[in-house]
Amino acid sequence: MTPLISTESTAEGHASSAPARKTSRLSGVRMILTIAGKDLRSELRSKDTINASLSFAVVILLLFSFAFDMSPQQVHEMGGGLLWLVFMFAGALILNRSFSRELPNDCLDALLSSPATGAQLWAGKAIANYVLVLAVEAACLPVFSVFYNVSLLAQVPKLAVVMLLGTWALTIIGTVFSAMTVNLRLRELMLPTLLYPMLIPALLAAIQCTGAILNPDSTADNTIWYRLLVAYDVIFTLLASALVEVLLVG
Amino acid sequence: MRQKLILLFALIATALLAWDLYRIAYEMPDSVIGVPFYKIMYFHVPSGILSLSGFGLAMFASIMYLWKKELRYDSLAVAITEVSLVFATVLLVTGSIWARVAWNTWWNWEPRLTSMLICWILYAGYLMLRRAIDEPHQRARLSGVLSIFAFVDVIIVWYSIQWWQQNLHPRPVLEVRGGQGMKGMEGPMWFNLLALALIAIIVVLLRLRQENTKREIESLRRYAHAL
Repeated sequence: MTPLISTESTAEGHASSAPARKTSRLSGVRMILTIAGKDLRSELRSKDTINASLSFAVVILLLFSFAFDMSPQQVHEMGGGLLWLVFMFAGALILNRSFSRELPNDCLDALLSSPATGAQLWAGKAIANYVLVLAVEAACLPVFSVFYNVSLLAQVPKLAVVMLLGTWALTIIGTVFSAMTVNLRLRELMLPTLLYPMLIPALLAAIQCTGAILNPDSTADNTIWYRLLVAYDVIFTLLASALVEVLLVG
Repeated sequence: MRQKLILLFALIATALLAWDLYRIAYEMPDSVIGVPFYKIMYFHVPSGILSLSGFGLAMFASIMYLWKKELRYDSLAVAITEVSLVFATVLLVTGSIWARVAWNTWWNWEPRLTSMLICWILYAGYLMLRRAIDEPHQRARLSGVLSIFAFVDVIIVWYSIQWWQQNLHPRPVLEVRGGQGMKGMEGPMWFNLLALALIAIIVVLLRLRQENTKREIESLRRYAHAL
């Protein structure tokens, strides 16, 4: 079994020569992947969050189909918004557990006192969340296709690009806010309250792009929305990696 | 000293506002370029400028706290954010009234309006987050980081009219080199901006004093508990 904390990382901080710096960078990447692997393994063994998230997503898709009796044309127009609302609500369940799962047995304190920096811890958890949320989204697509009678096969490559970009926005912000709210008494309430408004620009962009992909009649130029999505991902990844250390350690 | 400063600012702001309100009511024409009811803009535009620049200042105060770890910067950040949020509310309400008259609807999902509403919700979330944390340094740290994140939306609000170019919300009406529309009407608006800025400074100073007192009481209470 891979040790949780690589012993090579102790070289960090003392690295002055080029080979030592390279080793330090490598151990940083390894640290991130170790944390991501730990989170994914723990989730795949218990399957608590992913099961809850997936069944919640299916329930919302079902409820929407009851609430709005949509014609095929309406599905094409509204499908983007509907899908992203489902992804966001289901994703929040996974994100909520990201840091709070470390609270029992003081695991968060143990992780923070390990040689992993706050940014590495955040990146590892963000990658694990990214994989889990993408898995839930991928499972939702066939359900959406069946319930709403939409063929998605031809659009999968384009949809995948939007999903990869939009989900990264959801997970980076969600993971930071999960770290921000982990010690609050109103954790379950505060995360969605802060997360959803912050996500609106990315969510709007993802909805517009997905809507255009689902709607065969769409002639809208969505370049600005793709640019917004990419800019949002880059800006918030940089901001989050710079600030998460302050959030977790002080 | 601070008391005298507050009093001086209050006197200047009252005089400026009274004089400016007289000019807006009696000296300015009732309609500009065929649009009646434009006088609400004398409050809408300064509120917008003050709220957005206030959020920027609050972010700087938060960065100062995260750098220096001194709670007085956190007090400054929360005081400025609260006042800016009030101006943001004034901005949204006056904008909505204007929309009803000019666009025949209370609300329109136009980029600037939407991004400003998101901004309002984000900073309301900032205040809610603060209420959920008891420990002062933890509160200052978490809300400081949130303030930096939220400021990204302020930038989106600022550039929304350039990026999306939907042109329902006009481009800046108040610019140093002369904005769009309202030719010759900017004078009272600049004075209103000054008067409202003075009022904002007064409220921030009062709120700062209140925060400092609150912190002193909290530390005395902790001391009493320890005894």
